[in-house]
Amino acid sequence: MMTELATPLTGAASTGEAVQFWVLAVVAVSGALGMVLCRKAVHSALCLAGTMLALAVCYMAEGAVFLGVVQIIVYTGAIMMLFLFVVMLVGVTAEDAAKEALKGQRWAAVIGGLGFGVLLIAGIANAKLRTFTGLQQANAAGNVQGLAKLIFTQYVWAFEITGALLITAAIGAMVLTHRELTETRQSQRELALQRVRLGTQLTPLPAPGVYARHNAVDIPGLLPDGRISELSVNPTLRARGQMRDVSGDMLQRMGELEVGTAVWLDRRTPAPRRSVELTKAASPTEAEAEEASE
Amino acid sequence: MNPVNYVYLAALLFTIGAVGVLVRRNAIVLFMCVELMLNASNLALVTFSRLHGNLDGQIIAFFTMVVAAAEVVVGLAIIVSVFRTRHSASVDDSNLMKL
Repeated sequence: MMTELATPLTGAASTGEAVQFWVLAVVAVSGALGMVLCRKAVHSALCLAGTMLALAVCYMAEGAVFLGVVQIIVYTGAIMMLFLFVVMLVGVTAEDAAKEALKGQRWAAVIGGLGFGVLLIAGIANAKLRTFTGLQQANAAGNVQGLAKLIFTQYVWAFEITGALLITAAIGAMVLTHRELTETRQSQRELALQRVRLGTQLTPLPAPGVYARHNAVDIPGLLPDGRISELSVNPTLRARGQMRDVSGDMLQRMGELEVGTAVWLDRRTPAPRRSVELTKAASPTEAEAEEASE
Repeated sequence: MNPVNYVYLAALLFTIGAVGVLVRRNAIVLFMCVELMLNASNLALVTFSRLHGNLDGQIIAFFTMVVAAAEVVVGLAIIVSVFRTRHSASVDDSNLMKL
C-alpha cells in the first residue's frame, strides 16, 4: 500500500469507466460461473454469450472499438450461433454423466484451478503496473485506421496466412461432416414390401390430436374407450416426456354425459359399452407393433 | 481506478475456463470453456495495448479471434462426426481410436 502511494498512477480510468468496469466484471464472472455450473449445454451457451457481450463493452471502454464490434459480430454472432446449432444437432438431452471416470478428479481439478488462479493473480499483483500510456496517441487518426495501417504493413504476412487458415478450416469442416452413402437408398416400393414382410404395422400410424378440442402433435389421439394411443405421438416427444395427456379430462366429460343421458332417459345404470372390451383386446398388438417399429 | 483491474478480470475468467475444461465432460461445454479462456487472454492483450500505448496488442487479439473461429469450426465438425459414430457427446466415452 505504501509503494502504491509513493508512485503516482498515470493513465487511470475515469470514474465512469470504473463504475462500468465493476458492473461488467460482475456480469462477466457470473456468466462464466453459470457456464461452468449449468447442467444443460444450451444454458451454458447462453451464459457464455452474456460474458462475451460484457467483454465486448470492456474492449470498447479500453479504446479498442474495432475489436469490440468484431467481438460482437464474430463471437456472439457467428461462433455462439454455431455452438447452438451443434447443441441442436447433437441433442439437448446430452447432459454430463454424474459418474466420474477418475475418482476424485473433480475435486482435484477445482483445487488445482484455485491454486492456479491464486498464483496468476498474485503474480499480477506483484508487478508494478502504475504507468498506463493510454491509446490517445495511437488512436489519434482513428482506431480502425491505426489497426489497418499495422495489419497491411507490419503484419501483412500473418494476415495472408490467416486467410489460408480460414480456407483450410472451412474445407476441413466440410470433409469431416461429409458422409458417403455406402448403400443405395431404399425406394418406396421396397419399403412397402419390407413392411408387408415384417407384418407389424401395415396401415399408417394413427394421427395425433383430439380434433375439435385440441389439435397439436404433442396430444395423443384417443382410443374408443378414452385411453391414449401411444403410437399417435412422435417417439422423440414420447422419449422426452413432452406428451400432453387429455384422456383423464375426456373420460370425466364422457362419464358426465352418460350419467346425464341415463337420467334423461330415466334409466338407473347405463348399458356397458362394447368398445371397451374390443380395445382392451386390441391393446397388446399395439404395444408389440411399437416395439417392432423401434 | 487502475486499469490493471482488467488484467485481474482476465485472470479470473481464464481460471474459471480452465477449471471448466477439467470439470465438465460434455465436449460442447468443453469447447465453450476453451473459448472463454481465449476471450480472457484477448482482454489481457487489449489491456496491455493500453498499457504500452500502441496497437500491436489489439492486432494479436484480432488474430486470436480469427484462429478461434477456425478452431471452433473444425472442433465442432469433429464433435458432430464423433457423435454420429458413438451417439454420445461425452469425452469419457471416446476411449477408442476407431469404432
